[in-house]
Amino acid sequence: MSLAPQVLPWAAALALALPLLAGAACFVVGGRTAAALALGVAVLSSAAGLVLAAGVADGGVQRLALGGWAPPLGIAWRIDGVAALAVALTGFIFAAVLVHAEKSLDLLRGEGLSEAFRPLALVLLGGLNALYMANDVFNLYVTLELVTLAAVGMVALAGDSAAALRYLLVGVIGALAYMLGCGLLYAAFGTLDLDLLAGRVQPGGTAGAALALMIVGVMAKGALFPLHGWLPPAHGSAVAPASALLSGVVAKGGFYVLLRLWLDVFPATGAAPAAAQILGTLGALAVLWGSLQAIRQTRLKVLLAYSTVAQLGYLMVSLPLIATAAGHASGLAGALHLMASHACAKAAMFLAAGSLIATRGHDCLADLKGAAHDHPMTAFTLGLAGMTLMGLPPSGGFIAKWLLLDASLRSGQWWWAAVILGGSLLAGVYVFLAVSWSMSRPPGEPSDSQPPPLPRRLEFAALALALVAMALGLVSAERIP
Amino acid sequence: MFIILGAVLFALGLYGAFARRNVVLKLVAVNIASSGVFLVVVSAAPTLPDGGTDPLPQALVLTGIVISVAVTAFGLALARRLATDEGRATLDDKEDSS
Amino acid sequence: MTLLPWSQAAPLLMLFSSFLAGIIIFTLDEQRHVLRATLNLGAAAAKLVLVGVVLAGVAAGQTFEVAWPLVGGLDLILRIDPLSMLFITLSAFLWFVTTVYAIGYLEGSPDRSRFFGFFSLCVTATVGIALAGNLLTFFFFYELLTLSTYPLVVHRGTAESLRAGRIYLMYALPASTALLAGIVGLAVLTGHTEFSPRGSGLAGVPVEDHGFELRLIFVLLIGGLAAKAALLPLHGWLPQAMVAPAPVSALLHAVAVVKAGAFGIMRVVYDVYGLELSYDLGLSQGLAVLAAATILYGSVRALAQDDLKRRLAWSTVSQVSYIILGVALAGPTATLGGLVHLVHQGIMKITLFFCAGNIAETHHVHKIAEMNGMGRRMPWTMAAFTIAALGMIGLPPTAGFISKWFLGVGAVEVGAWWVLVVLMVSSLLNAAYFLPLVYRAWFLPPDDATAGRADAKLTLLVPALVTAALTILLGLFANTPFTPLAWVRLIAEADHI
Repeated sequence: MSLAPQVLPWAAALALALPLLAGAACFVVGGRTAAALALGVAVLSSAAGLVLAAGVADGGVQRLALGGWAPPLGIAWRIDGVAALAVALTGFIFAAVLVHAEKSLDLLRGEGLSEAFRPLALVLLGGLNALYMANDVFNLYVTLELVTLAAVGMVALAGDSAAALRYLLVGVIGALAYMLGCGLLYAAFGTLDLDLLAGRVQPGGTAGAALALMIVGVMAKGALFPLHGWLPPAHGSAVAPASALLSGVVAKGGFYVLLRLWLDVFPATGAAPAAAQILGTLGALAVLWGSLQAIRQTRLKVLLAYSTVAQLGYLMVSLPLIATAAGHASGLAGALHLMASHACAKAAMFLAAGSLIATRGHDCLADLKGAAHDHPMTAFTLGLAGMTLMGLPPSGGFIAKWLLLDASLRSGQWWWAAVILGGSLLAGVYVFLAVSWSMSRPPGEPSDSQPPPLPRRLEFAALALALVAMALGLVSAERIP
Repeated sequence: MFIILGAVLFALGLYGAFARRNVVLKLVAVNIASSGVFLVVVSAAPTLPDGGTDPLPQALVLTGIVISVAVTAFGLALARRLATDEGRATLDDKEDSS
Repeated sequence: MTLLPWSQAAPLLMLFSSFLAGIIIFTLDEQRHVLRATLNLGAAAAKLVLVGVVLAGVAAGQTFEVAWPLVGGLDLILRIDPLSMLFITLSAFLWFVTTVYAIGYLEGSPDRSRFFGFFSLCVTATVGIALAGNLLTFFFFYELLTLSTYPLVVHRGTAESLRAGRIYLMYALPASTALLAGIVGLAVLTGHTEFSPRGSGLAGVPVEDHGFELRLIFVLLIGGLAAKAALLPLHGWLPQAMVAPAPVSALLHAVAVVKAGAFGIMRVVYDVYGLELSYDLGLSQGLAVLAAATILYGSVRALAQDDLKRRLAWSTVSQVSYIILGVALAGPTATLGGLVHLVHQGIMKITLFFCAGNIAETHHVHKIAEMNGMGRRMPWTMAAFTIAALGMIGLPPTAGFISKWFLGVGAVEVGAWWVLVVLMVSSLLNAAYFLPLVYRAWFLPPDDATAGRADAKLTLLVPALVTAALTILLGLFANTPFTPLAWVRLIAEADHI
């Protein structure tokens, strides 16, 4: 399939602008129209991502100056395979979450909440799409801020202002550190464009300080250990579809920026090996700490939130692998595969948790008894998505784990392999905790009692996400650029 | 000179954001920190060959100010809701450990 | 559009016949009993027919293979060779029999769609394990097996079964982690994880330089597989898992889980390392000692159990290690004994579990002490039980005798006289824990003199009788064509091992 080159700018523009415009429109129109609009935009954005991916597969990495404004005045966008597929996957996840949210929000918090959810979700979608395609460090800052603001709004939707405020404050401080780094980079090298920076950056104090500031900034925003403290209360208290978006997609935003810097700017500074070991160690601690905390939790959503902290740790562990020549290819593929499959799986699990909360009123693990009997499909979804967290075949998480293990052994760093294997065992424990409660039966319950009803679309939305996480395990990793 | 002042402001703001318990004070502190950052970015701008100052950092800071205003407004709105809903204006440290 | 050639379609059909049935069953409404049973039996029968056709093809030298690129230059490979057909035929046949049994056993209990769905997935995983053409594929289905058996073990949802499930996973997950580490290590060392005859896949690796790595990988692989094969000291979950419903125990003990472990050990020793290299590295000798220890330990523990299913479970611990012993002895005749025991043990053990289920289901008797006079109360069930028990002890003319005979001759052949002692002691122990039970059932009067004669219903009885009959037939006619023994000879002659 060969796409006319002029289609691609339109697809990119659609993915960037349409969600933001539709988000504004959702304030004006409401009800069914807005619901259909939001869902349609998410699907279109996903389709645009697929078109872009096809374009990249045909014609290589695309650089676009939308509206004909070239840098430095205009903003340049870069679309590579990763960005295009990220747009496609994000659109799909948003679509599934929106389908779920239209029904579940009303069940969870009473009428009217979905009216506020839609515009936030759409702004979030636009911000994320822009983030994926941004090609200069300042643009990354702006889009990351946009995403943070919409995400904080989502947390605030559930009513826990304290968690939302903490998220906002950490986000702002992270952004400031990042912007300071931007300023230093520009002062020293005279450009913010990632491609140009890659060529101009010289090893030295300024570059080191600037990148250190930027990395600390995105670590705070991306809840990368040890700056993860805000995430569990925020994701645990947000309303379930919001948690699905935050933990599934938004949480990867910080790491995505980090990865961009890492691949383009870092190699030139000469500081990569040392930084890689530090970040990898922090990642290992995140895996350990997040998993142990997840095991201790008594509420399903908080458990899932801590699991996100742990899974982000794997991504950081991938950095020391990417930094070596032998492990670069499989380490990078593993990290990307992990991001994609974890996004789907975690969103699926939060949606499943939302479905259970909608019928049970809360998400205490001990009260999940009988869930597998009452709502087999939702319990099945939890288990299926849990397989990705544990990295078991045939899930996307397995491919990711395999690639990361392969990278660590190939580069002779067997200790990271030990971290990855140990982490997946701990993941096994907390996924097991969630699933085993649902398999047990409350004592004395007659087997033919009528389960509380659960709208089918809630179950199917979550299952669809879990199945995609599973399907990612059958797609050969080589096909993802 | 301005760079040092900016750095000091950033540090002070950062300290305030962590040390203060009141949410409004935290927000003020964050604003002080952002002023510091903006100052650094503007004053560290490279000089152009014709002797003028590179305008790009000023554009960046302008964007930064807009974002900062939005964030502050949002933060204050949340703080107000915190106060009306729960009757407090602080983020409890006990919750931090949860 | 051209259809897949038969050589690629056959393995896929084998896999998907039970997979699709499982998926459809999941979505079925709880009340659609007839449709569910039809689907179950239909899929099982279809698979049996397919196996028959492919079996003829393999015997005639046809090859079957299909591959799908997965990760790091490695493929998911489904390949049919004589060894995989041995395992597939066993599982397809026992799946059919167990399905009949399970339909009868679970009549009237809740969550049957879930049960049969996972039941089908479990068989799919077993077939996948048999078809796997490299370790990556093997691991793929090995994990699927763990995950699909867990819901079966905890099916009843009681505190006891949840505990058993937890213990099962506590063994299975760390073990699979070790297995994965070993597989990745092998892939990095050799660039592939292919199963190839006599371990020729390792030919390019200089053994002198990589002796440590090769040994470490072997230990990781075998350690990962041993947890499923219940090899000492990773056997602890098996006696616990017997709280599962009887058809699950039957499947777990006879085909699915323990056999997957034993089969995997065969693959690693025969097709990854090769017998020669395993021996040169001093690995197969260690495995033999471990297997012998497990045989004796399992029998001793079985002796002490009062719960019938628990005694059978400990007996499985012991019996599966015969297979591994046969592999580890590394002689041609011992190999035959080990391979053929894979089938024979499955048929005998499934009979025993069917019977234990019948006794529990019909008379609510679980303890051995309560079995007095059971032979008079349910003569058919006890007849089947007795035949299988005699087989386990290894008396002629049962199938168990054939296995033990070949193992014993094989041990003498490689000069491992100590194995003969182990086999004799173990047979004595087998007799000591089965014969009193049989005696009790047939020759002691029932505790409750008024208890009438009431055998199990037909759906429960017929499967047990069929497998019991096979126990004798496979022993009597072991030397005719198309028996497991004949097939095992074919494997050995086909230059495979």
